[in-house]
Amino acid sequence: MIGFQVKRTLLIGLKSLWLHKLRSGLTVLGMVFGVCSVVAMLAIGEGASYEAQEQIKLLGSTNIIIRAVKPPSGESASEQTQRVLVYGLTYDDAERIATTIPSVQVMAPEREIRKDVWRLHRRIDATIIGTVPWFTEISSRRVARGRFITSMDMHTTANVCVLEPRLVEVLFPFNDPLEKTVKIGREYYRVVGVMAPTGKDAQRNKDAKAGGVEKGGAELYIPLTSARSRFGEITLSSGSGSMDIEEVELHEIIVRVDDLDLVVPTSRILRETLKRFHKKQDYEIIVPLEQLRTAQEIQRTYNIVLGSIAAISLLVGGIGIMNIMLATVTERTREIGIRRALGAKRWDIIVQFLSETVLLSGVGGLSGVAVGILIPLAVERFADMRTIVTWWSLLVAFGISALVGVVFGIYPAYRAAYMDPIEALRHE
Amino acid sequence: MAIVELQDVRKTYMMGHVEVHALRGVDLAFDEGEYVAIMGPSGSGKSTMLNLLGCLDRPSAGKYILGGEDVSRMNDDELSGVRSRRIGFIFQSYNLIAQLSVIENIEVPLYYQGWSEHESYGRATELAALVGLAERFDHRPSELSGGQQQRVAVARALASDPLILLADEPTGNLDSKTGTEIMQLLDDLHAQGKTIITVTHDEGIARHSQRVIRLVDGRVDREEVVAR
Repeated sequence: MIGFQVKRTLLIGLKSLWLHKLRSGLTVLGMVFGVCSVVAMLAIGEGASYEAQEQIKLLGSTNIIIRAVKPPSGESASEQTQRVLVYGLTYDDAERIATTIPSVQVMAPEREIRKDVWRLHRRIDATIIGTVPWFTEISSRRVARGRFITSMDMHTTANVCVLEPRLVEVLFPFNDPLEKTVKIGREYYRVVGVMAPTGKDAQRNKDAKAGGVEKGGAELYIPLTSARSRFGEITLSSGSGSMDIEEVELHEIIVRVDDLDLVVPTSRILRETLKRFHKKQDYEIIVPLEQLRTAQEIQRTYNIVLGSIAAISLLVGGIGIMNIMLATVTERTREIGIRRALGAKRWDIIVQFLSETVLLSGVGGLSGVAVGILIPLAVERFADMRTIVTWWSLLVAFGISALVGVVFGIYPAYRAAYMDPIEALRHE
Repeated sequence: MAIVELQDVRKTYMMGHVEVHALRGVDLAFDEGEYVAIMGPSGSGKSTMLNLLGCLDRPSAGKYILGGEDVSRMNDDELSGVRSRRIGFIFQSYNLIAQLSVIENIEVPLYYQGWSEHESYGRATELAALVGLAERFDHRPSELSGGQQQRVAVARALASDPLILLADEPTGNLDSKTGTEIMQLLDDLHAQGKTIITVTHDEGIARHSQRVIRLVDGRVDREEVVAR
């Protein structure tokens, strides 16, 4: 009985809306845009925040990264005359951090050298990273096959290396790299392990396939001791008509602390410690946790802004519905009079007009959700941004659209119901 | 026994700050199966009378007893109920709902009484056949001639088997031939025992009734029995 009434009411509503297809269609369109912008913006925002947090988590939230940076050149003429540019972190820095700051749990120093790596005739421009055995642990990386550098390798300054997947792709396209050798400079290194790909690698592979451009990510790990003894601390790089000689002991020190709460105080101590022994600002301290918090903060602002824009478009859609319903009510004054004369109660009239607005906003909401799912897919495909459509965002968007329909439908329906039936019947 | 009884019914409107006395004390009684015409010049209170009899309005003073129920003090919802169950309206301009088919138009009063889909469809087809529209169930009002539209309106007025049929200038928008047809239809309904009240200024229409009530200045001026 009730089901029949509802069905009948909706059917009548549909019929009346069908009478003005273009008008109803345009009204629905207003709703579609509102809802799909809510869904799409939430999806893009969610994706961006996920991406940012993933990247920062990859750096490790209890980690503090100290990186060597080349001090701005040309500060003084005297420095220019110096043939060798000495900067960056030193073994002493590493020693000092490890021994004097109690909250530091693990510390991994590393050296980076850019060199060509050869396997027979295959060559790749790679970054050779000299590091310590616990690098994997501190950077939350995994070895997919074989092993990482061991303390034995460190002691014996062994010529062993661990490859990133990117290198395997280029140097060993057809065979297993384990226990084979690669040539760096004049030395041969035995491949003992291959790293597991990171999320970043997967993204990079997609980029490479899409654009055909090969970017970095070509890293190769060797024992820190071997790096020091084979390559020394001096790097020669020749540009057009000039030659730069740099001396850098360590490029990066990753410090891990015991507890999240200790991250910020430790970073402060590190800053102070380093300031004491570095005349120039030739290092930077990166605190992923701070970045994470900043990212979250930015995300929150972002969400509010996106949400407001989406809410405004929904509001505009709602006003569109109200506008149309008011016009409809005026236009159908006579019909209202007839229905009242034939026994419709005020409530019947309210239900009739409200059901029309709910139909408009409901159809708009559903189509909006459908389009809203498609937009993030398109964004992902063409703008190469990660998007996440959550089920709750769909629910929220549809719920709001239905609510907008009811809220903006109440006034026109009320107006229709409280017309004087005699006046309404006389209306031309 | 009287099914319509008006006791000293008065209706006063406020037009701005001026009181307009549309009805100044009307006493009337109609029996079941009667065919009555209400006539009068414009401004005589004819329309007000029609609105009151149709329960679209309430008297300012006096009593209106319809089928034994005092409807003069009912609230809006109760009046809606009375209109749907007891009164069948036939309007001058048919007043069909444009987006509904013939059958759906006839079903409207039944819908507001909560009839089931099946029952109301059955009743509506029956009535459509009765008024001679058996082949036009699915047509829209705009696809029908004036006479046919008025037939649909008559069928709709009969849908809930009301106590009274209230016809407001039922032939006003029709040519004389179709007008005669509609009046014939009303005569037939009267012969079947329906109570009919027409409001008109057309003597020819009034002559179809048994009794003519002439209103002047909001009062019953005189009543005439129509000679057969």
